[in-house]
This record gives sequence, structure tokens and C-alpha cells, in this order.
Amino acid sequence: MFGSVTPEMLLAILPEISLLVVVAVVFITDLLLAERSRGALAGITAAGLAVTLALTIIFAVPGAEGELMWGGMLRHDWLAFVFKLLFLVAALLTTLFTIGWKPIWHKGEFYVLLLTSTIGMTLMAASADLIMLFLSIETTSIPLYVMAGFMTRDDKSTEAGFKYLLFGAVTTGVMLYGLSLLYGFAGTTNLYEMAAGISAAGIPGPVLVGTVVLILLGFGFKVALVPLHFWAPDVYEGAPTPVTAFLSTASKAAGFAVLARVMLAAFPSILTDWQAIIAIGAALSMTLGNVVALTQRNIKRLLAYSSIAHAGYALLGVAAASELGVTSMVYYFLAYTVTQMAAFGVVIIVWHKIGSDEIADYAGLSRRSPMLALAMLLSFLSLAGVPPLGGFIAKILVFAAAVDSGLVWLAFLGVLNSIVGLYYYLIVLKVVYLSAPKDEQPVPVARPHAAALLVSILLVLILGILLSPWYGWAAASAAGLF
Amino acid sequence: MQIPYILSAIVFLPILAGAVLLFLPPKNQQLIYRFALAVGLIAFLLSLAVYFNFAADGPRYQFVEKYDWLPALGISYHVGVDGITAPLVLLTGVVIFTGVIISQRIDERPREFFAFLFILASGVFGVFVSLDMFALFFFYEIAVFPMYLLIALWGWKQTREYAAMKLTLYLFIGSVIALVGALAMYFASGLQTFDMLALEGANFSAEFQNFWFPFVFFGFAVLGGIFPFHNWSPDGHVAAPTAVSMFHAGVLMKLGAFAALRVGIMLLPIGAQTHLPWIILLTLVNVVYGAFIAMVQTDFKYMIGFSSVSHMGLVTMGFATLNYNGYLGASVQMVSHGVMTALFFAVVGMVYDQAHTREIPKLGGLVRFMPFAAVAFIIGGLTSMGMPGFSGFIAEFPIFMGLWAGGYPLIAIIAVISIAVTAAYVMRAISRVFFGELPVELEGHMRDIQPSEKLALGLLCLIMIAIGVYPNIILPMVQSGVNAVLALLGGA
Repeated sequence: MFGSVTPEMLLAILPEISLLVVVAVVFITDLLLAERSRGALAGITAAGLAVTLALTIIFAVPGAEGELMWGGMLRHDWLAFVFKLLFLVAALLTTLFTIGWKPIWHKGEFYVLLLTSTIGMTLMAASADLIMLFLSIETTSIPLYVMAGFMTRDDKSTEAGFKYLLFGAVTTGVMLYGLSLLYGFAGTTNLYEMAAGISAAGIPGPVLVGTVVLILLGFGFKVALVPLHFWAPDVYEGAPTPVTAFLSTASKAAGFAVLARVMLAAFPSILTDWQAIIAIGAALSMTLGNVVALTQRNIKRLLAYSSIAHAGYALLGVAAASELGVTSMVYYFLAYTVTQMAAFGVVIIVWHKIGSDEIADYAGLSRRSPMLALAMLLSFLSLAGVPPLGGFIAKILVFAAAVDSGLVWLAFLGVLNSIVGLYYYLIVLKVVYLSAPKDEQPVPVARPHAAALLVSILLVLILGILLSPWYGWAAASAAGLF
Repeated sequence: MQIPYILSAIVFLPILAGAVLLFLPPKNQQLIYRFALAVGLIAFLLSLAVYFNFAADGPRYQFVEKYDWLPALGISYHVGVDGITAPLVLLTGVVIFTGVIISQRIDERPREFFAFLFILASGVFGVFVSLDMFALFFFYEIAVFPMYLLIALWGWKQTREYAAMKLTLYLFIGSVIALVGALAMYFASGLQTFDMLALEGANFSAEFQNFWFPFVFFGFAVLGGIFPFHNWSPDGHVAAPTAVSMFHAGVLMKLGAFAALRVGIMLLPIGAQTHLPWIILLTLVNVVYGAFIAMVQTDFKYMIGFSSVSHMGLVTMGFATLNYNGYLGASVQMVSHGVMTALFFAVVGMVYDQAHTREIPKLGGLVRFMPFAAVAFIIGGLTSMGMPGFSGFIAEFPIFMGLWAGGYPLIAIIAVISIAVTAAYVMRAISRVFFGELPVELEGHMRDIQPSEKLALGLLCLIMIAIGVYPNIILPMVQSGVNAVLALLGGA
């Protein structure tokens, strides 16, 4: 089926191969190490991810034109490449933030699950075939269900894992039904032959739209779009915070990579229909996410609702269905991922000291730890879209894409929503900077956490100031789809 | 004379200094204050260098620098000053310097205070010198955001949270709405560039301009305090700490008026000609209503806050005349009002620091204790009533001429009458606060202001008098800028 295996084909899946090796290493060292020295596992995982990242950047750079490989299962293109880097960075930062987190640190299986899920994501971003797509989505999701419920002695975590699993299973089933219908219509499982197959078979538009809706239900669940968002706040709140950080960044990004590729490659014939569906999804997600976030008292729930809103902004780029649109979506995720990681990093560090995620307990953080408060300020302002931070450029780009594609109403809705967002981010910052602290003690920051936080914040700044290289990446990703 | 990189130095010096400040030891307040003072002084000297090296008969934009920023979208870092913005750069330099001088007594987290103030200053400088629409937005939002923290953290305890949030939301709503308009311009032009000099020649259709002009103009004019979106401004001014009030009323409101001019009127001239004739009525409301509300205030700072609404109305009114005199006056008014209101807020701050009240009826006889501040306030007061010999006259007189010539004699008459109202409340404040009897509660609490504060007030007075006595120090420069604007408006 694959023909002969060429070196290019191996280089294209070098990230996955490398991650598999890391999985094996973690597994084996877990068995060899004594219980108390298993803290080293996080370090090994982090080092493995860093090596994978380096290998990917050096060896797995695709050509300007995407190329179908492995019998049409994968497409080696810039979209896949950029998202792979993003997943690896997110996994690396997540690993660093798990250090010291009691129930999961010292557990080899956690890191194996994290790495496996990352492999699933890297494959998702490159999938060019329905079979591969489904397998990679499952490879990503199943470890995430376990990770969300990893703190088995904690009711909320167990509930989170279970809820995530149940809803995930149902929507995956619906999606699979859609995918199988699609195969029936087109007579092929390859995404890049789908459009020709569909038009040859003369499938009526409404039937195809119905099928697309089924598939979108699955994707929408993964990225927590309204009205498929209901699981997100409970799962984000209950899951161990590093897992929440990973879920709300990498997992969401993977869903978007797939969404953009499938929609643009397979359904050009009903472009205006799916564009309308996605535009409505974007409008609902932005509005509901932001409005409900206003009332939250728990920082993880607040970030959960805000991440629903952010998925809505990023969806503007997909709804634009243009090269600029996909470019803006990719840029959005680059900026959003590092920003969200920084925000969750602060939440994790604070949790270690005060053992609470209530916003009220952040009172006076700026007096206790000015630098930590500054990191929080920068990450929240980036989420709000204030320059010179990454979130500002990302927002401008998605709004620009919407205006360019004639979705001016959506752009206006987006900018008004960003004001609502600004309001609740400021409320949190007000607590951090203005309220009197209950306790004057500084918040200690472990060294790996400090490193991860510093990297995230620097990336937030770099993405907001040096625009050209990142934009070049995003534009190359988009160009590969058109 | 062209000085290389001077505008970049002005734009980036404050923000870099702000970053350095955040890493200074928080306990060493003396070091922090001296560092801030040095940065303020350098920014002031640089802005002086720009102002006095600007050649009024030279090219339209001077000290130009241009580097690619995001070439794929036609975004560049393109800066330069013209005859309208060179004085505004100087204004910003003066206000940041004097603002730092009079902030000596900030003892609550001074490190963060000065850092945020400098970030704000960078944003303001950036907006005034940007020739790229994207860069303008970039700096605009940098300028707006730190206000929230500055007011919420160091402001007047009773209203600071409310005022800070109100101000931030108003200004951000305005700026994002203007942003959509700017994006529409970018795509409609088909030029693939955010460069405003290129967009000036985009020849947008009349229909496009008429539709988008209100979004862009009002989006920015919110920060200029235009009626009915002025509501944030008095609350914000009052709640802010003194240096921030100075910066805010003195410089930030000009940012709104200027951006409305630069992006709205100059890029959408047909839209401006369609809409400004009715917008002028709103500006009249600004002028008259602001003056009357100022008159009934008993709080010294609210009085100044509403007087700013009134005086900023004259700026937008000048723009709305669409003729030479109107623009000339409005451009000078931006500088004149900036200096004058900075001085007012500085004096109010000095009075409040010692008397711990801003209620005008509870003050009195302060001229005995702080004669220098009293004289400075009187000079500012004379400027605000448009007395000849002070910069206010040089600014307001052409605006009224422009109104008359532009076919709005009735509006000119009403606006001139409002100047009488201004005179009334300024005189009343001077007589109640500085003359009359010292209330018993204040016995023993009052002393003279410090020499450094006298220096700051003196500097501000000097500018008002210099422009008033020798208008040629500013007029040729402003004329060159105004002529370029009128050329875009088709010589209207």
C-alpha cells in the first residue's frame, strides 16, 4: 500500500517516531526507578519533548507545496508542521508545570498518556484520510479522558474524567456516523479526493450539509464550541490544572487544524453553507463564552469560559474561508496557546501556595509577589487583546479576515465581545493589584515553573512585537490548503 | 535639521525605562524618583529638539523613519512629524516631565507608578508620530490601557475603581469600532498597505466614505471627549492621581482628537464633508454644556474636568469647520489646552495635598501661602478665557473666525458667549480659592509649594505666554500642517 518507504516519508513522521521513543523510555525508566526518585520522569519527558522539538525543526520542515504520503494517509505540509510544533511546546510547558503536582508527579503513566495524546495530535494535524483522522482523534482523546480524571481521590476530577468520557464518546459516535456517510457518498476516504468524488456522485446539497453538521458536532465538541461547550467548564475545573492547560490549548488547536483542513479540502461545493454554520457557531461561542465568564468566581472556570470565547474568535478565521482567514486562525492559536499556558502557569503556581482557585484568594497577589502578578497581568492582557502582546495581533488578524470576507457583522460582534472580555479580565487584575492581601507571605515559585512561565511570557511578547516570522509560518500553513 | 532616529528614541525611551524601573529595588524610592526624573527630562529635551529642528518650510513630514514590520500585510513601522504633530510631541514631552516632577510624593508603589506612566507616554508619542495605521492602533491601545491601572491603583479612593473601569471600557469600545473601520479601509483600498500616506490617495468611493466615517471619527473622538460620549472624562480626571490627570486631560484627550483627524478626516475627506456639518452641533453642545456644568461644580477638580470637555469641544468644532482658520485654531488649541489643563490639575493637586479637600467653598486665602501657584493658576485661567497675550487667544480666535467664514455665524455667537461662562467660573474659582478668608480648619496646614513644583508650573506658564506674545513660535509650523490637511479636503 505504501510502496517503498523513502527517507522523506520517515522524516515527515520523525516527530511521531521520536515521541514514541520517549514513550518507551518513560515506560522503562518508570519500572526501573524506585518510587521516591520517580520525580525524574517529568524531567525525562520534558527533555524528550525538547529533543523532539529540535528534531522537528531541523529535519521535518515540509516543502512549500504539501505532499501526500504514506498512501495518502498523511499530508506533510506547513499546517501540520506548525501545529506539531505548537503541540510539542504546549506538551513541554505542561510537563514542566506538572512538576510538584502531588497526585501526578512521580506517575510514569501520566507522562505516557500525555505523550500518547501528543502523538495523536501531531497525527491529527497531518491526517488526510478519514480513517487516519478518526484513529488520531481517538488516540488524542482517550488519554485525555484518563488525564482529566487522574486524581482518583478527588471527586471533581473523577467527575471531570467521567463526564468528558461520556460526552466525548457520544459525539465521537455521531461524528463517526457522519464520516461513514461521507465515505458512502464520495466512495473514497481520502480528503483530497473527496470533493471530486462528491461532485461525481451528484450528492444533493442538503444531504451533504446534513452530513457536515454531523461531522461538525464531533469537531465542535473537541474544541468546545457553543452549543457543544457544556462539558468544558466542569472538566476544566475538575481536571488537574496542568491537564486543563493542555486541554484548553493543544487539544483545542488540534481540533481547529482538522476543522480547517477538512472543511476546505472536502467541501468546496457547499462553501457558503458551512461558512454560515461556522459563522453562527463563532458568534454564539464568543458571546456566550464571554457573557457567562462575567459571573465566574473560580479562576479555572473563568478561563474555561474565556477559552470558549477564544475558540469563537479563532473560528472567525475559519468562517472567513480565505487564505487570510486560515493564516489568522493559525496565528491566533500560536498566540493563544502561549498566553493561556502563561495564565494557567500562574494559576498552578498560586495553587501550590494557597491551595485554592477562587479569584477572591488572589487578593493582593501583586504585593505578595510582584513578578508573578506582572506575569498574570501580561497574560490576561494578551487574552484581552492589548498590545504589545500576542493576543492583540491575533485578534486584529481574525477581525481583518472577517472584514475581508464580507463578514463585517461578525467582526463588529467580535470587537464588542472583546470589550466584554476586557471587563472580566480587568476584574481579576483588579483583585490581584488592588484588593488587600489576606496574607503577606510571598508565593514561592519552583524553578521549573519559573522557567516555563518565563518562556511563555517571552513568547507572548515576541509574538506581539516581531510579527513577520510568525506570520510567515501562519501564511505558509494557509497557503498549503489553497 | 534632520536628527536620525530621534523619533524612535522618543517613542521607545519611556517604555524601555518603564521596563527597567520594574526591576529596580522597590524600597529605594529616592533612586526610583531620580531615575524617573532623568527619563522625563531626556524625553522633554528630545521633544524640544524635534520641535525646534522642525523646518516649517521643509517637507510635509520630517524626521521620517520607515522599516518593514509585517511586509506580507503592508504593515511598516513608519514614523514622522508634520506641522500639527511636532507641537503635540513637545506638549507630551512637557507634560511627562512636569508630571514626574510633581509626583515626588507618590509613596505607594512608586516603581510601578512611574513604569505605567512611562508606558503610557510611549503609547502617546507613538500615536502622534505614526504614519502607519496599524502602528497607530498599536500605540493607541498601549496608551489607553495603563490608565486603568494608574487610576485604579493610585487614584482617589472613593471613585477610582468605578472611574477607571468606565474610562477603560469607553475608550476601548471606541477604539475597536474605529479599528473595524480601519480594516474596512485597508481592504477597500486594494493597496495592500496600512501606510496612511498611501491610503490618503486611495480615492475611496463616496458611498464607502459616508458609511464608515462616523465609525472611525466617533471611535476616536470618544477619547477627545465628544458629546454624548464625554461622560467618562470628568469622572476619570477626578479619580486619577495628579500626574495622571495632567497627562490624561493634557495629552490623552488630544490623542483622540488627533486620531479622529488623522484617520477619520484625512483618510475619508468626503465622509468628513458629509457628516461634519451635523457633528458641529454636537461639538457646540460640548462647548456650551461643558462650560455650564463646570460653573455649577463645587468640587475644584470636577470643575476643571468639565472645563476640559468644553475646551476640547472647541478642538473638534475647529475641525468641523473644514476651513483654514478652523484647523489652525484647533491645532493650536490642542497645545494650548494641553498645557493649560495640565497646569490646572497640577495646582488642584497641590492644593488638595495640603488642604485635603477640593470643595471650593471650603477653601480660601491660599494666595498668602502659595503665591506662585496662585499666579500660575491665574495665568492658566486667563488662557482658558481666551485673553489676548496668552495662547488661548491665538487658538480660539481663529476657530471663531473659521466658524463665521464656514457659514455658522449663529454657532460662532453661541460659542463665544460660552467663553463668558468660562470666565465666570474661572474667576469665581480664583476668588474663592486663592483670595478671601482662610477657613479656620486650614489654619496651620498650609505652606508654600516646593521649588521643583514652581519650576514645573513656571515651565507650563512660559509656554502659554510665549505662544500668546509671540505666536510665530508655533504658527508657521502649524500652518504647514494645516495646509496639507486642507489639500486632502480638496482645498475646501
